[in-house]
Amino acid sequence: MAEETARLAGAASADRLGALAFTLSSSFPGVSSAAVERGELVVRADRDVLIPLMTLLRDDPQFRFEQMMDLCGVDFPARKNRFDVVYNLLSVSLNQRARVIVTTDELTPVPSVHGLWPCATWWERECYDLFGVLFSGQPDLRRILTDIGFEGHPLRKDFPLTGYTEVRYDPERRQVVREPVSLTQDFRDFDFVSPWEGVLTLPGDEKAHELRQIMKKLS
Amino acid sequence: MTNAIEQAALDHALGEAAVPESLLPEQAVEQAERRTVEIDSHALNFGPQHPSAHGVLRLVLEMEGEVVARAVPHIGLLHRGTEKLIEYKTYQKALPYFDRLDYVSPMCEEHAFALATEKLLGIEAPDRAKWIRVIFAEITRILNHILNLTAMGLDCGAVTPALWGYEEREKLLEFHEAASGARFHANYFRPGGVARDLPAGLEERIANWAREFPAWIDDLESLLTENRIWKQRTVGIGVFTTEQALAWGFSGPCLRGSGVPWDLRRSQPYDNYDKVSFEIPVARHGDCYDRYLVRVAEMRESVKIIEQGLAQIKPGPIKVQDPKFSPPKRAEMKQSMEALIHHFKLFTEGYHVPPGATYTAVETPKGEFGVYLVADGSNRPYRCKIRPTGFSHLQAIDELSRRSMLADTVAIIGSLDLVFGEVDR
Repeated sequence: MAEETARLAGAASADRLGALAFTLSSSFPGVSSAAVERGELVVRADRDVLIPLMTLLRDDPQFRFEQMMDLCGVDFPARKNRFDVVYNLLSVSLNQRARVIVTTDELTPVPSVHGLWPCATWWERECYDLFGVLFSGQPDLRRILTDIGFEGHPLRKDFPLTGYTEVRYDPERRQVVREPVSLTQDFRDFDFVSPWEGVLTLPGDEKAHELRQIMKKLS
Repeated sequence: MTNAIEQAALDHALGEAAVPESLLPEQAVEQAERRTVEIDSHALNFGPQHPSAHGVLRLVLEMEGEVVARAVPHIGLLHRGTEKLIEYKTYQKALPYFDRLDYVSPMCEEHAFALATEKLLGIEAPDRAKWIRVIFAEITRILNHILNLTAMGLDCGAVTPALWGYEEREKLLEFHEAASGARFHANYFRPGGVARDLPAGLEERIANWAREFPAWIDDLESLLTENRIWKQRTVGIGVFTTEQALAWGFSGPCLRGSGVPWDLRRSQPYDNYDKVSFEIPVARHGDCYDRYLVRVAEMRESVKIIEQGLAQIKPGPIKVQDPKFSPPKRAEMKQSMEALIHHFKLFTEGYHVPPGATYTAVETPKGEFGVYLVADGSNRPYRCKIRPTGFSHLQAIDELSRRSMLADTVAIIGSLDLVFGEVDR
């Protein structure tokens, strides 16, 4: 019985999310796409309309996302606007979630939403610290997780896993010193692309390869 | 000469103008009409080595006498770059990092990552694995609440609960050890099920313990709930209204303590939580005492869930029966070449997760713990954002402790249930 109810509730919410996605994508200018992906409402929008969009999502009776649970960055270095800034919203009154995604680059700031949800301040600080995404209107844009005097933004894809400097206590100088990283063993990063998938054309096999590519495209 | 000037300055500061007015420059004559402003504020460094900071919290408190005017938390002292490390590990190797986030409720953190990976892979754990996960998530919840409540008692001057609590925790950690081999860093919940089946007899041992445990909760309550000192320290302290709690991103017992009946186990059930019945305790005042009461009531509900789980669990497979995701049995590997190859591939390359993203959240003892997992089709997560629970709670500490006494700040920190492995990641 309980299972049945939960299943029905799940189905209803998927329909409702679809309706919300349709409302947003058809009526809100600046929303480039809104869709239900894997049962989660994902809204992609321009960063210029972020504040009006978020205000609508928070205050409109059909959305009512009272809580911003999470804000994070994702780095795609190949893109022109390399960063995704992802907002995960939760409505406890309507039991629904939404994800709002805007894009930006290293220099263009994203409007801060700390006026809508005061908890955004630390999340924005974290995103600035780890990715270097700027937030306009954020009065407290300082580093939060990394060390005092840290340089760079560690979660960017072009930042090495080992970092650039390491810190140790120097008993002679009686202070903590920062030195370039020295690895006692080479950093090993295995490439798991199978050689059989990696090699595109075997010598003398060009024609068969072309055929396979065409078949792949067709399927 | 210098000494004379210094002396004059000192006299000046003391309010006895040693230099005659006629000798002073014009500006100084105007300034001579001085006002005394009394500044009675000083900054107090709380932590990072303070026992009631529950880890490595550095809190800079701007005091006005004994009243806190402003509380500025400094975090990041335990930042280990977990999210970056996970990007360089296969999905299986990323899992143990979750034990090390909130080391007080390790299995619940694993649960979030296991569910997120399962969602992206499109697999579902078998029924027995789901029950094992539910039972152990609740054991972890009780472990966490015992530590938090008794440590909060310790902060407020009650030593006995902590001593009693450790004994009870020891019993539960033995269950952890029996199931996973480790007391804390279990690495037990895996995408697609659990690492191995429960050893023979463990279900009965848990059942026996579950019969006795409510009496221990009564004992704990007899020490604290009606205790005059405890109530003086917690009732009306650190009050957060419903609106504030929602705006500051609270979740878990802190949100329920402020009057919001919200529990992910009920509203967005995962695994077998839709097959058990339990109450969601909610309190109205939003103070430290209410958060304490909610946690005590939650322990009783957890016992109910464990009992229902033990009644409904049946023998069966404990991980997905697909060699692409679950390692083969050891005995099988001695006989079958294919099993050996699967084992080798799983533990070197791991499985490739189809491209996609998901935000999957579970109700950990502290509140909503989420994983935003982005997969790019390779065998490593492209991005794994961990949504820690305590991050939001700690951020609100300025709002919570404003105009409260210094000693009350200690009670507030205790009631928020912070663990810095999780806050700092």
